[in-house]
Amino acid sequence: MATKKLSIICFSGDFDKLVAAFTLASGSAACNYQVNIFFTFWGLNAIKRKEGRTIVGKGFLARFFNFLQGGLRNVPMSRLNFLGASPKLMTGMMRKRNVATLKELIEASEALGVNFYACEMSMHILGIELKDFRPTVKEVLGVSRFLEYSDGGEKLFI
Amino acid sequence: MIHTIDITKEHCPMTFVKTKIKLAQIAQGDILEVTLKAGEPLENVPRSAVEQGFTVLETKQIHDDVYQVTIQK
Repeated sequence: MATKKLSIICFSGDFDKLVAAFTLASGSAACNYQVNIFFTFWGLNAIKRKEGRTIVGKGFLARFFNFLQGGLRNVPMSRLNFLGASPKLMTGMMRKRNVATLKELIEASEALGVNFYACEMSMHILGIELKDFRPTVKEVLGVSRFLEYSDGGEKLFI
Repeated sequence: MIHTIDITKEHCPMTFVKTKIKLAQIAQGDILEVTLKAGEPLENVPRSAVEQGFTVLETKQIHDDVYQVTIQK
């Protein structure tokens, strides 16, 4: 039987959309899908090695943007963000109700061998390198390589 | 060897994610007894186990809406 494949383009760096992306990724990997996630633009914030606000990147503007965006701990809600309070409140509610948190979903995706890829062009704009990401990020890709890796499977843009 | 996992407090997708991770950790031929709730976990955990080539040996009700699914790797 051919391997089933799901490739997610993770463009959004919003907390709620990242929860959706990693829920699909971990759930599909648990159902024996080969899962690829291609992180681009805001999505790259979810896979930064340093999860808080740190100064990374080459050049003043890149460092400024990366500091403002922060990492996984700073991702905002797409609606009703309330100056960053909502993701923390939501994480508390998820814990209380025994629903996996965003961080747990990312770790489950990693444990199940989901392939993480970073967008070369976005990284170039932000002046960040592969070493600035979680060690599970396998490769830096462009569009053509993403098309090659996602060929024959389902693709989602989140 | 028999292993156990309790996923009664978990929700989708961690029900079958945790089962899959546990199945990956045990040896070929070993047994995994999964304690789970009726509904989504009871429908999806045995189905995804079968799809991945594992054998579901038994599904039994423990009490009320709690079941035990026995899977052989």
